[in-house]
Amino acid sequence: MDRSATSPSALTGVARGNGDAVFATIVRCAAVLILLGLGGMVAVMAWGARGAFATFGPAFIVDKAWNPVTQHFGAAAPVFGTLVTALLAIVLAVPLAFGIAVWLTEIASARIAGVIGTLIQLLAAVPSIIFGMWGFAVLVPFMAHYVEPFASHTLGRVPGIGPLFRGAPYGTGFLTGGMILAVMITPFISAVMRDVFLSMPAVLKESAYGLGMTRWEVVRRIILPCSRTSVVGGIMLGLGRALGETMAITFVIGNANHIGWSLFSPGNTIASLIALEFPESAMGSLKFSSLMAAGFLLMLISLGTLVCSRLLLRTRAAGR
Amino acid sequence: MAGRDNVTQATTAPCASARWQGNGLSDMRRRMVDRVATGLCWAATVLVLLMLFSILFVLVRNGVGGLRWITFVHVTLPPGQGGGLANAIVGSLIQTGLAVLIGAPVGLLVGIYLAEFTATDNRFINMVRFISDLLLSAPSILVGLFIYMIVVVPTGHFSGLAGALALSMLVVPVVVRTTEDMLRLVPLSMREAAIALGAPRWRVILFVCLRAARDGVATGILLALARVSGETAPLLFTSLGNMNWSVSPAAPMASLPVTIYQYAGAAYEDWTALAWTGALLITAGILMINITVRLGLGRNRK
Repeated sequence: MDRSATSPSALTGVARGNGDAVFATIVRCAAVLILLGLGGMVAVMAWGARGAFATFGPAFIVDKAWNPVTQHFGAAAPVFGTLVTALLAIVLAVPLAFGIAVWLTEIASARIAGVIGTLIQLLAAVPSIIFGMWGFAVLVPFMAHYVEPFASHTLGRVPGIGPLFRGAPYGTGFLTGGMILAVMITPFISAVMRDVFLSMPAVLKESAYGLGMTRWEVVRRIILPCSRTSVVGGIMLGLGRALGETMAITFVIGNANHIGWSLFSPGNTIASLIALEFPESAMGSLKFSSLMAAGFLLMLISLGTLVCSRLLLRTRAAGR
Repeated sequence: MAGRDNVTQATTAPCASARWQGNGLSDMRRRMVDRVATGLCWAATVLVLLMLFSILFVLVRNGVGGLRWITFVHVTLPPGQGGGLANAIVGSLIQTGLAVLIGAPVGLLVGIYLAEFTATDNRFINMVRFISDLLLSAPSILVGLFIYMIVVVPTGHFSGLAGALALSMLVVPVVVRTTEDMLRLVPLSMREAAIALGAPRWRVILFVCLRAARDGVATGILLALARVSGETAPLLFTSLGNMNWSVSPAAPMASLPVTIYQYAGAAYEDWTALAWTGALLITAGILMINITVRLGLGRNRK
């Protein structure tokens, strides 16, 4: 179809050919703009980070210090915080998202699932700063007064995992950050899962039900095996979002340059570090460059995750 | 275990044998597992809905008190002197408006490219689509850093335009996605009819395909508007915020999200109250756009 459209007819060949050529050039330029956008982001980050990488070398990534007084910077703590909160978010969000997707596709009637599905997607539209304020006003006190004291008295005494749940109950910290992120990414993951579950051939499920399988057995043994790749892709998509999240985390993470076992202890993430410290760092200073270097690391981590996610989700689209 | 073996067998070889009847005990176990799993799915859905309602409830409880006339007509003032959010509201409108004006045309063109030029440049198109999808979920604070480096540093000052540019980078991938999807839904016969009538290709695309897909495309632009109007991180280092009345895109400009961010962390009660009011306003606006769009889509599908 497209071929025939490009070949100009004999009647108005010249004029038409020009119009089409101009139009094709314009849309191609717009497409190149997209590539320049992402490529430019990576290049500018790398350029801004050159000072920090030249001064500290590769050790920047594993250095725990962040000391503006001695001009000594390292990204270990924010990288640690970014990974810990994002992984916590995934651990908490995946079961929730899976439960919601199963509920929407297998349990609820189509009409109710439509309404509830829309409500869940509205949660994805709420801006991240609102999650931050809600987290600070509701979740932090709740964690500090109930969850953390209780957990440190019970789970904190269990050998092996005990150290994870000990520490002063500030309310802010890695666990609270992970929980906020989990609430934020659950709608994204469940939307992907729901679409995949719905795209399954109905005859597969129907035959399984016909053989007498229970609903859970159908989900566990028919739906999940068929949709594994895309489900993992959806989870990676959520992980990518969680890694780069800024405003919500800044409110509840506690903002301390800290690495430790306790999930209750305050920490920071790359994004929250940039949001807080960038306005106070002079252009061209070592701190500025170190923040750019941290941003560059965040870029690499989140792009890597997103590339994996897109590849996993694409294999399915191509395979169908 | 007997029950589980039966199930595995059923999935691999779908021939129901007499063994399928099973014994009463494993049957009961299977039903129990099913009940528990179903219950957990209910619990997950209810829990997440509760989160949504908790957020809305807290927003309304803390924010509704500030919905007074003065909030909408007065600019932000130092703590203790009253004041409103007028400059932040107007600043947000200007910046998101500019962002959509800049980002939507680019997104439209790229969406057209992805949907209509597959016959000639398929490989490059796949790459562009991939990159656009990456941009869709790229950390928005890094977009802010990028614009800071390429706009704020060379021009020497923060500006509303820089903020709008940062937001427009988030608008583009959303519009690209919806435009491409919607153009692909336009039936082939429509294009063929237009081409048969002798229309050049660019006219077919712009005046036939895009026109047929305009509801969906407009939806995409609205969703993009909704998405960027709550973004804070890209504005922190680009438009910076402004305590005074500012409508010039060349100067630092206030915006609702940034004002909320500054006020929410403050120790002054009137500031935090205003932050909640701003948060309520912005969430109400965004949810309203989303609900309208979804209702509209639902109607069109029928």
